[in-house]
Amino acid sequence: MAKRKGAAKGKKAKKAGGPAKDGRAAKGNATPMADNAIQPAVPSAATAAQGAKPAKPAKPAKAAKPSKAAKPSKAAKPGKAGKAPRAVKKTAAAGAKRRRRGKPRTVLLVGTRKGAFILRSDPARKRWAVDGPHFLGSIVHHLVLDPRDGGTLLMAARTGHLGPTVFRSSDWGKTWKEAAQPPAFPKVPEGEKGKVVDHVFWLTPGHPSQPDVWYAGTSPHGLFRTTDGGATWSGMHGFNDHPMLQRWVGESGGTPDGPKLHSILVDPRDPLHLYLGMSGGGIFESTDEGSTWKPLNRGVAADFLPEPNPEYGHDPHCVILHPEMPDRMYHQNHCGIYRLDRPGDVWERIGNNMPREVGDIGFPIVAHPRDPDMIWVFPMDGTEVWPRTSPGGRPAVYRSKDGGRSWKRQDSGLPKGQGWFTVKRQSFAADAGDPVGVYFGTTGGTLWASTNEGKRWQPIKEATYLPHIYSVTAVTL
Amino acid sequence: MKVFIPSPLHSYTGGRSIVEGEGRSLTELLTFLDGRYPGVRFRIVDEQDQVRPHIRFFVDGEMAPTIRTPIAPGAEVHIICALSGG
Repeated sequence: MAKRKGAAKGKKAKKAGGPAKDGRAAKGNATPMADNAIQPAVPSAATAAQGAKPAKPAKPAKAAKPSKAAKPSKAAKPGKAGKAPRAVKKTAAAGAKRRRRGKPRTVLLVGTRKGAFILRSDPARKRWAVDGPHFLGSIVHHLVLDPRDGGTLLMAARTGHLGPTVFRSSDWGKTWKEAAQPPAFPKVPEGEKGKVVDHVFWLTPGHPSQPDVWYAGTSPHGLFRTTDGGATWSGMHGFNDHPMLQRWVGESGGTPDGPKLHSILVDPRDPLHLYLGMSGGGIFESTDEGSTWKPLNRGVAADFLPEPNPEYGHDPHCVILHPEMPDRMYHQNHCGIYRLDRPGDVWERIGNNMPREVGDIGFPIVAHPRDPDMIWVFPMDGTEVWPRTSPGGRPAVYRSKDGGRSWKRQDSGLPKGQGWFTVKRQSFAADAGDPVGVYFGTTGGTLWASTNEGKRWQPIKEATYLPHIYSVTAVTL
Repeated sequence: MKVFIPSPLHSYTGGRSIVEGEGRSLTELLTFLDGRYPGVRFRIVDEQDQVRPHIRFFVDGEMAPTIRTPIAPGAEVHIICALSGG
């Protein structure tokens, strides 16, 4: 339950970069809380983007145990509104009730090209207190709350000059501690060419039964894991040294801003069951906690490749699974919008149901935290030279309430013309409020919010002129 | 030896732009600095021991081609964040 405290009036955050014998604490330019900031007490948190609390924390499974995800889901019937398993629904209802009682607030964690920002709403989600910038000038690719403790933040950052690293805060950004061993590829013998992490692009908290585990995806493609809450990171051998990896991702330099490993998903029922997405590589699945991987791309178009139905080499932009019905997956691809109901393994192009003049190209995709059939996408122009802007300069969100069988345009409050928005794959998020709040950040630095599930949009006036937005995560406290 | 630290690394050195260093080569100096200011090495040298693209080292005014460059006793080392755009 959130509790409104007096702000940090007169209480300065520890000065960034203070003489640091150990050198790691409070580095960067962490800023004191704004005077009017609403500071959350954080006994629990639910985050739609990262997955709300699972109904039933899975027991740590034995390595050889087959994934539970292989079982057919009663609820996941293609093309039909699904019902979540009873236990999951009960927990969700209890969580919603608790949040209603406590007048929940939304916190937005925003990564930008010039630092990180933390926005805290009032209970109506109308007014926002902005805390930041944290690490002004640093490129922040991802800023993520750990839903398992509701108070730890991990941030993937670099600067134009300095190499990539990960920072951790356990006091909502008042102080930060840098990883002692950030994600890095192994050093190769003299004379050989080894891989170098350019940036850490993606952070995913591990399974609830593994409280200090996180996963990181890098550019170039690399998968890393920490078991100590982000202090030391190791490459996941089963992926990074997979004999097929080079063939999966090809020889090119990847996408314009570097090839990304993203959308690392942990099945809330089974810590061994993982998915990931690679721009210029495809979607892959592991059922043994990352020791082995197999492609999961059947049915996905790859019209930029000579072979129309390859096994891999696709370009997923953002992959999600529904936290309360983990057999329901969606993804926004370079070539369309898709849904997959496991244990099926053929993606259905639900983007074919989008208006033809809008198309089904985009980067992010977001699910309603309690309704596996409700999703939002943000279409962008993927014609000719791929402008990656709102089609026709008329930005709109499209929402489906039936798992992608039909779509509704949601543009109330958005510009009617000359609105050339670009929204990156990590910059679209939903909170766990009732009704759900939906948020997106543009590369032009404006945060847009809807407190009624996309029916009406307005810019968050306290965050209209941020730097180029890289990521937005919504948390309900 | 005196080591001149560029501003992007001041958060590691407690705001100091000049620190004392030790070592007979840049490799040794970087090990020394990372011991005193943990994490600083990886920000300027990658996991393959290559100096990051926009960082340069100067030893007594001469640009060092690699981190294996030797350092004479009493030398001054400048770590530079290269200008690489407007």
